[in-house]
Formats: sequence, structure tokens, C-alpha cells
Amino acid sequence: MAAGVAAWLPFARAAAIGWMPVANLPMPVAPTNKNKHQDEIIILNVSGRRFQTWRNTLDRYPDTLLGSSEKEFFFNEETREYFFDRDPDVFRSILNFYRTGKLHYPRYECISAYDEELSFFGIIPEIISDCCYEEYKDRKRENIERLMDDLEDKKDSKLPNMTFRETMWRAFENPHTSTMALVFYYVTGFFIAISVTTNVIETVPCSSMPNQRDVPCGERYTEAFFCMDTACVMIFTVEYLMRLFAAPSRYRFMRSVMSIIDVVAILPYYIGLVMTNNEDVSGAFVTLRVFRVFRIFKFSRHSQGLRILGYTLKSCASELGFLLFSLTMAIIIFATVMFYAEKGSSSTKFTSIPASFWYTIVTMTTLGYGDMVPKTIAGKIFGSICSLSGVLVIALPVPVIVSNFSRIYHQNQRADKRRAQKVQKARLARMRISKSGSSSAVLHSKRNGLNQSLELTGSLEEDQQLKKTTSLLESQHHHLLHCLEKTTNHEFVDERLYEQGYLQTALQNFPSQSPSLSSEEGITGTCCSRRTKKNIQALSATHSHTHNLQELSALHIQCGEQHPLNTRLALSVSTEGVSTCKLHIWSIISNQALISVK
Amino acid sequence: MGALMVIFSLQTKQRRKMTDSVEDELELSAARHRPEALEQLEAQTRFSRKELQILYRGFKNECPSGVVNEDTFKEIYSQFFPQGDASTYAHFLFDAFDTDHNGSVSFEDFVMGLSILLRGTVQEKLNWAFNLYDINKDGYITKEEMLDIIKSIYDMMGKCTYPTLKEETPRQHVEIFFQKMDKNRDGVVTIDEFIDCCQNDENIMKSMQLFENVI
Repeated sequence: MAAGVAAWLPFARAAAIGWMPVANLPMPVAPTNKNKHQDEIIILNVSGRRFQTWRNTLDRYPDTLLGSSEKEFFFNEETREYFFDRDPDVFRSILNFYRTGKLHYPRYECISAYDEELSFFGIIPEIISDCCYEEYKDRKRENIERLMDDLEDKKDSKLPNMTFRETMWRAFENPHTSTMALVFYYVTGFFIAISVTTNVIETVPCSSMPNQRDVPCGERYTEAFFCMDTACVMIFTVEYLMRLFAAPSRYRFMRSVMSIIDVVAILPYYIGLVMTNNEDVSGAFVTLRVFRVFRIFKFSRHSQGLRILGYTLKSCASELGFLLFSLTMAIIIFATVMFYAEKGSSSTKFTSIPASFWYTIVTMTTLGYGDMVPKTIAGKIFGSICSLSGVLVIALPVPVIVSNFSRIYHQNQRADKRRAQKVQKARLARMRISKSGSSSAVLHSKRNGLNQSLELTGSLEEDQQLKKTTSLLESQHHHLLHCLEKTTNHEFVDERLYEQGYLQTALQNFPSQSPSLSSEEGITGTCCSRRTKKNIQALSATHSHTHNLQELSALHIQCGEQHPLNTRLALSVSTEGVSTCKLHIWSIISNQALISVK
Repeated sequence: MGALMVIFSLQTKQRRKMTDSVEDELELSAARHRPEALEQLEAQTRFSRKELQILYRGFKNECPSGVVNEDTFKEIYSQFFPQGDASTYAHFLFDAFDTDHNGSVSFEDFVMGLSILLRGTVQEKLNWAFNLYDINKDGYITKEEMLDIIKSIYDMMGKCTYPTLKEETPRQHVEIFFQKMDKNRDGVVTIDEFIDCCQNDENIMKSMQLFENVI
């Protein structure tokens, strides 16, 4: 119960007079306020700054330091005030919590200092109000991450008991951990560079003789290039195999992007080795050599920026896809228009609409090669419109990619949404907890027999002793709920007992021999209902096989809990229609759980 | 030409600002409410000065603007009944407290109501209860009105009760009530029948004195 509404408890109790004429039973005795002393102002001296408040204000939360008798430890007899040697700035928020019922987290305050103050004064951080809760959780998470980063750095320095495999994997992932890893890192980088360079130089024409035809260097020095290629591929293969061996989860490693790039980089070589025998597939072999250029992507292991770029493109794939789609639409429109505009003119290059695609793309991207130009006036008009609109359309993708890039740097939306969802879920959970807390407190005090002794005809001596366990506010609230129970002649119970009682009334309903399935459909709203319905169907199926119902001695219905309930559960089954099966009840004691029906 | 444009834009801005401020003021005055002086309230109710002070402090804490509207009222009242749905009964209570029917309960309304409930004579309390049950304030409690009230009270219990709530329980309760109260069997309960009957019922009399010392 929030503190603010504690002030309205007298009103709620007074309004209970509205129930009195309707009630049929006598009402319980109200708890008396024995401390009839006037509400006094108490002084809290926090490191020299004096705060003053009513004693009742602090008594609102009896399970905190200030609300309980724990504060007497800090009472200073000479000055008649409570002295706390703590931070007065944070104490401001804590005292405001008592006054308003809402705990706020000031943004300028350090998160760990605030946490310490809260734990000193016995306040759990979960009751921080919604306006400040997200900020608090963010800061707390950052703090925890920072601590974990520190821990990780410390972890990186030395870990004695790591298997050889784990050391290797760590060496691959973090090259700066050991010298061997660094050497390996640079060696692979060097060979990637060599491989890419040879691939490039292979195609450069180097003339052997001045009057001979220029041939690419690759065909002149075939053996040299072949040796280079072999060396690089051997290094890459060894590296790949070592990574495969060291990976903690080989399957996941094989599916990762980097390993696919590795495989694609070295595969052409091996395929080429196999395929040199067949002449007809040499064309395909040439195509495969193109894939050797993918070796350059291996550099992304060496460069963080490349990885971020790749991730950016992946994350804004949908925006880019939409852009591509709209561009395609524009291209088709303009190509069609240009084709029909230029159809009339003679010797036109716009021979078909697909042929006009090239013109449209070149014009929209403001390239303007000039290999295709419109000759008619209409063509020129539409051509200029095309180029103007192209300028606009091309300006669109850049901000998209830029914004995505910055988004990734500042914790992208997916993490925010996840956090927001968690916040929402946590908020609902907190509300549920506070609600169930207050209602369970009522039931708890009931079970303690507190209210039983407060009957109108009961004695007043015992309740004076029992009252020490709950605060006056709580006992007044419980008295109010007890009056409501008496008015309606029903009692509050918790969920479990409610479901037991419900199934018991289903048992009681049976003797009337009314075989309508609709009576079972009345069992709604409980978690057992769906299961009991399923049980009905399952059991009616088995029933058609068995005549003797007494054989089925136990049925264990799981009402969402894994441990067996010690209850007498009743199941009434009815079958409709032309079946000759009659109504039966199975009365089962759960000590023998034979069948567990899900 | 440019000067004309500038002057024109300035004028519209000023006019907009004036209308805005007037609207703001109106909004502000509607939201705030200051109660009558302490002496006046002391004279009108049966509370002492100190009690009025305590009451006002609690009231103002929860409603800084000085008035409670129905939604806030329902929210506050629902906090006391976590297991059930107290909004319907809170609605009836709100109507009973809002004596001038202006849609909001000010501190005066609040304190007058509490004065009757806590410090009033039995007659006044029964009068107040009758006023609560008589939803359309026509002087008669019909069975439908009573059914609404009783249903709202049962709603506050919530779902998890023992024995479980059945559909006809509120109706039965209404029948019992009418059997007790409706002397001339005309289907409605008037204020005299109500007060008469309650004064003859020992349980009800005793329970009316229950909340004497709430403040």
C-alpha cells in the first residue's frame, strides 16, 4: 500500500459505513489506536543538516530503518534528535520517499553511492518510481558492464588452467594476448596481401619482346605465379584447419561468415587442381578464379572498421531494399517513357525498353556517358526530368547509411527495444508483486488467527498482544477487508485454495445427475479448466474401453505446479449423444499418482 | 513591403500569445481550488482544528490541486482492495460525496462527508447510507439500484473467495435486504422504512458505531 494513500485509509474506513445496512453478519472489532499521543515532529540530523518530519510519516514504512525501532540506535539523548552520519543529499530523496510514497533517483548522483544509501536505510531499489526507474536501471547496467570489462581485462592477463585448445582459440580471437598470436596475425595479413597482389598483377600485360603481342604476366610466368598461389593457399588452409580445431563449437564456427569466406577463398585452388584434366570445363575454371578475390575479405578480421561497415549494411538491408525497389520503379517508368518518346526518330539507340534501362540508369545517377542521347524534343524533355529526379533519388541512400552507422555506435534500436520490453515486463512484475504482497499480507494475518480474535464478542486482551506484530495501519486495513468479508459473507482465499474449492464444488454438482457438458464449461477462468476439459476427452476415450471405472484409482492433475497437491480432486465426465455410457465420477486420492494427464 | 510583413508577423504572434495566456490562466484556475478558511470548516463540521489540519494535509498530499476527480478517486480507493475491482463502488461513493454534482470532490465535500460518517448521529449516518444506495436520488431504493450496489460490493471481493461466488448470490442478498426493509411490500424502500428498520436491527446499530475513533 503506497504511503500517500495511507492518508486516505480513514476515509476508506468511514466509507465502509455504506456496507453496514447491507450486511447480514456482525462486524469484527476495530483495532484501537492505543498510542493516542499527538503526532510529534522528530528531528533527523544527517551529517549536520537537520530534517524534520512527523513521526507518522516515517511510520508508513515499518520495514525500513527509519520506520522501525532500528532508528532508536541512532537516537542522541542530549540533543533529542536522531543522528545519521550519512550523505545529506541522498537523504533528501529518501525522506521524500516517506513523504510522497515515490522514490526518485537523482541523475547527478553516483549509482553505487545511491545504492549504498538505499541499503543502509533498508529500502529496496525496486520501488523506485517509474519516472526514474529506467534511468536507474541504465546506469546500473552500465556500471555492471564496466565492472565486467574490468574483470575481463584482468582475466585476459592470466588464466592458468586453460587447455591447449582454449589457448589457441583465445590467441586467434585476441591477437594482442601473446607474441605468437601477434606473429600469426601479421603473417596471415601479409600473405593475404601477397595473394591479392599476385591476383592483380597476374592480369597486367607484360611484354616479353617489343614486337610480340602483349600477354598478361600470368601466362608468361605461369610457374612463378602458381608457386605463389600454392604457398598462399597452403597457409590459408593451415590457418583454417587450426581455427576449426580450436573453435569451441565447431558447428557454429563452420556456419559463421568468416569461415565461409575462408573456404570460398581457398576452394578455387583445389578445384583447379582437380579440374586441369578436363578441357571442356576450363571455362568454368576461369570463372572460379574470380572467387579468389574474396581473399580480400579476410582482411575484415584485421580491421574493426570493415566489420562495422558490413554490420551496418546488414542492419539497414531493409531500407536499402526499399530504396532499390523504388529506384527500379523509377527506372522502368522513365525507360518506358523514353522509349516511346524516341520511337519516332530514325536511327535511334533506344531500340527497346530494356535498352533504355541503360540510358535511364546513367542519367539518373548523373553519369551521363553520352553513348545514348535523345533526339526528339519530347525525349529531351523527359530526359531532363529523369536526370532531375535522379538527383533527388540518389540523395536518399546516404543519410540512411550514415544514420545507421551512427546508430550502431550509440547502441542500436534492437538493444533499446529489448531494454524497453524488459522495463515494461519488470514494471508489470513489480505492480503484480506489490499487489500480491498486500493481498498476501491480508491472508497471512488471517492465517495467524489475528482477525479471528477480533470478533465483536471476543475478548480484547489477546488481540493487544497479537497486534504488536503488524503495524497499526496494516491492522486497520485488514480490519476493513474483514468487514467486507462479513458484509458479503464470503472469505478471501489465495489462488490455490480457490482452485481446490472450485473443483470440490464441481464434485458437489454431480449428485444432481445432470449430464450436460455445459456444466463443465462453467469451469472457466482457472488454469485447471483447460486441463480438465482435456482430461474429459482423454478419459472418455479410455472409458469406452474400460467398463470398470474403479480400476482407475488415481489421476494426477497438474494445475501448473510440478509437485503433487494433496487434495481430493473430482472429475465429472459426461458423454453426449447416442453412447450408452452413463455418468460417472472418479473420486481420486492423490497419494497414488498413476496417470499424469497433461 | 518587408516592413509590412514583419509587422504583420509580429501582430499575429502577439495575438497568439495573448490568447494562449488567457487560455492558460483559465486552465490553471479550473485545476486549482483553495478550501474555505479553517474557522469556517470548523463551524460547519464536527471536527476539531487539529483534526481538520491532519485531514487537509493528507488530502493535499494526494491531490495537490485541491480537488479529486473521479478517476483519481477510483484509483485511490482501488488501492485498498487489491484482490477485486473497486471501481464501481468507488463511482457510487464519488456520487455520494460529490454533493453539488460538479464532477469533482473538493476538500469541503470530503470533510462534510467524513463529518457525517464519523461524528454524525445515527440518523444522519443512515441518511447518508440511504443517499448512497439511491443512485438516481429520487427518494426510493428500487431492486435494480440495490442490485447494482450489492454487485459492486461483491466485485470488490474479487474472484478468489471461499465459498466461490455464484451468479445468484448478489440477487439473493438483495432479496434478503428487501424482505427485511420493505415493510409495505411495494417493491421500493423509502427513507422512513429504511431508518425504521435499521434502528430496530441490533447488528446494524452496533456496526454503525464501529468507526467512531477512526481519526
